[in-house]
Amino acid sequence: MQIFKTPNINFFRWRWQALGVSTIVILVGVSTIWSGGGLPLGIDFSGGTAVVLRFEERTPEEAVRMAISSVEGEKVVQQYGDPTENEVLIRLPQIAEETGASLEQGANSVVEAIESAGLGEFEVQSTDIVGPVIGRELQQKGIYATLAALAGILIYVGIRFRFSFAVGAIAAVFHDILVTLTFLTVFGYELSLNVVAAILTITGYSVNDTIVIFDRVRENLRSMRRDKLELVVNRSVNQTLARTIITSATTSLAVLALFLFGGEVLHGFAFTMLVGIISGTYSTVFIAASTAVFVNERRANQQVSTAPGLTGGKKRSRRQKMKIRAS
Amino acid sequence: MYPPEEKVRLGLDLKGGVHMVLRVQTDDALRIETETSMERVREVLEVRSIGVGAMAMESPTRFRIESISPAQDAEFRAITDEQLLVLYRRESGAGGRYAFEMRPNMAVSLREESVRQALQTIERRVNELGVNEPIVAPHGVGGDQILVQLPGVSDVARAKEIIRSTALLELKLVEQGPAISRETLLQANGGRLPDGMEVVPGTDDTLTPGAAPQSVFYLVRRVAAITGRDLRTARSTLDEYNQPAVSFLLNGDGARKFGDITSQNIGRQLAIILDGRVYSAPRIESRITDEGRITGYFSQEEAADLGLVLRSGALPASLTYLEERRVGPTLGADSVRAGILASVTGLLLVAFFMLVYYKLAGINAILSVALNLLILLGVMAYLNATMTLPGIAGFILTIGMGIDSNVLIFERIKEELASAKNVRLAVAAGFDRVFLTILDTHVASLIAAAFLFQFGTGPIRGFATTLFFGLLSNVFTAVFVSRTLFETILARRRVARLSI
Repeated sequence: MQIFKTPNINFFRWRWQALGVSTIVILVGVSTIWSGGGLPLGIDFSGGTAVVLRFEERTPEEAVRMAISSVEGEKVVQQYGDPTENEVLIRLPQIAEETGASLEQGANSVVEAIESAGLGEFEVQSTDIVGPVIGRELQQKGIYATLAALAGILIYVGIRFRFSFAVGAIAAVFHDILVTLTFLTVFGYELSLNVVAAILTITGYSVNDTIVIFDRVRENLRSMRRDKLELVVNRSVNQTLARTIITSATTSLAVLALFLFGGEVLHGFAFTMLVGIISGTYSTVFIAASTAVFVNERRANQQVSTAPGLTGGKKRSRRQKMKIRAS
Repeated sequence: MYPPEEKVRLGLDLKGGVHMVLRVQTDDALRIETETSMERVREVLEVRSIGVGAMAMESPTRFRIESISPAQDAEFRAITDEQLLVLYRRESGAGGRYAFEMRPNMAVSLREESVRQALQTIERRVNELGVNEPIVAPHGVGGDQILVQLPGVSDVARAKEIIRSTALLELKLVEQGPAISRETLLQANGGRLPDGMEVVPGTDDTLTPGAAPQSVFYLVRRVAAITGRDLRTARSTLDEYNQPAVSFLLNGDGARKFGDITSQNIGRQLAIILDGRVYSAPRIESRITDEGRITGYFSQEEAADLGLVLRSGALPASLTYLEERRVGPTLGADSVRAGILASVTGLLLVAFFMLVYYKLAGINAILSVALNLLILLGVMAYLNATMTLPGIAGFILTIGMGIDSNVLIFERIKEELASAKNVRLAVAAGFDRVFLTILDTHVASLIAAAFLFQFGTGPIRGFATTLFFGLLSNVFTAVFVSRTLFETILARRRVARLSI
């Protein structure tokens, strides 16, 4: 079975339109994040307390809210997971003073308040308490890990391919991270440790996709030495298109299973992966390759204009070819 | 690898339990050190009858001594040289005034030492609690955090109390008391706290016989006669009224000290102080060497817990909690079910797709992905790695990566077939050409997984671990196993058309 024969689509003709669509999506994300006062941080990063309770019987959120009205601070009560599970998530803000005893105070007083409110039998499913020190540390570590991973990949791609390819790969990754953050914010997901893990995975996945195309470009450059890079890249994108789409489809299927059946804890993770995979496929085809070509042309032009006379340009192109052969 | 329940360790999120990050207040250890040093010098100065004005602590690492007369200055310097200069730097000011500041490198090593001690003490306590596979380990970059994971613990409050209690036991000679208030206690001294003394609160029922126990205060010597370090062991017992109590045994050194003190102070009271509170202050009847008892108003469980913490030794500094995550056992079981359902569904969906799209070659892909998962499970079991919920997600991603490699290869073989090569050549060319691509993509993903592992705390490490080994074994199964399968089949019979 074959969905399509090797297609011949001119992706470069669409590059400005694609750039436009991506810019709009990212702008929507930035403005949503901006108007919401920054990224919606979960308690992993902001600090605070989250308690999940499972009631024996159906208990409206409003009743829970009433029961804990005596507990200090701004509380958030929301249904958690599948409605038939009768689970409620209660979030409390960060306690200002970080003294040993008071860290758990919020969680304890919530449980006590609900016990005394007579809402029927319930079970504490999970309690998460994150102090401000840990929250800050996790934030720093998250940013550091993402940047370090990007740098590592940039260096690897730079060594194995060309510098301009590495820039293309990183542009695609940044695109995917921004698009994913946009969707997370718009759909009301919070940034948690699991979501950051998913974003890092997308980073790997997006580069993975891009490398497959670049690998093909490198191979094709040997047989299409006289053609413009733009043409070679476009041909490579077309040749690998079947693989790009099939892989995305199968991985999406696996992640979709996770999204549907993986339970509430992994919901944010699976959602992030799903968006990231789709965005990753799109950016591979439209963003990575055209950025690589663009950067390559700019560098070539700069070399020509700074080198006096034609000989400089020739030298450059010879060097380029040698590099291609060497890699 | 079999049975899986025993070999694959479940993380807290799947098993239930509690995860905590504690900080050792290392300032405490420095303060205790400075206080002890200051008191030791005070005693030596007293013995050598060198007159000093005020002695006071200015910070956990600094104290001052005032008004040394010029005539005794040289002797004072000689004494402090001998007593303090290893740990402290001396600064001299005007009018016989001296300050002692702890040397920075000493402060650092004291802090490190206190974290190490705290770690060992917590380890001993956790072991005595009888938790299965607990984790007690240094945590974070600051050097003063400790991670404690207790899988399957249900009474979290009690566990926390046991880990947290400083359990600093001190036996100090009572100078005066008990008294109802601090003021009455100090009246005899003109309302001033005498040098080298301190006031410690406690509970007593002997002051007004027949009444309920009330809060009282004792004036005691600052320097402890015996501390928790001199203990050999401690256990819960019953006192003469059949009330729960804790008895303790001293080690050789402690027994000698205790013997001296009790024989020299017969008829005086000895306060038994735990974490800055007098539990009882029995009168010394005769010389005692190595045995003592702490009575108070304990319940059976409190006495048992106190015996436990005393046995495991005192914490060198107090602890504060920075992070706590509890997972109930039902949530854990739910997550395991959800994870397995998601994995199986994912695998079936992908397998179905591969069979429809690649027909017979799809079987090849499914076999190599299944083998990949099996190897991954084996590696996890071998490394004794922890399986977490994100770890299950890592399994599902490994399925994705495995399929990706197979798709890459199959698509390439199709291309080669299209350029009219015979089947065997096409298969060989497909695998050869794609090998470098697979290597490149996997190395890039491995880089991401490695940073994820470094960043990861708890569950996310589980994800990074499965992803990492999943990627490694995938290179093997997709490139080597799948190729061998193809070639074995093609070698057996002549195939004119490949079902791909």
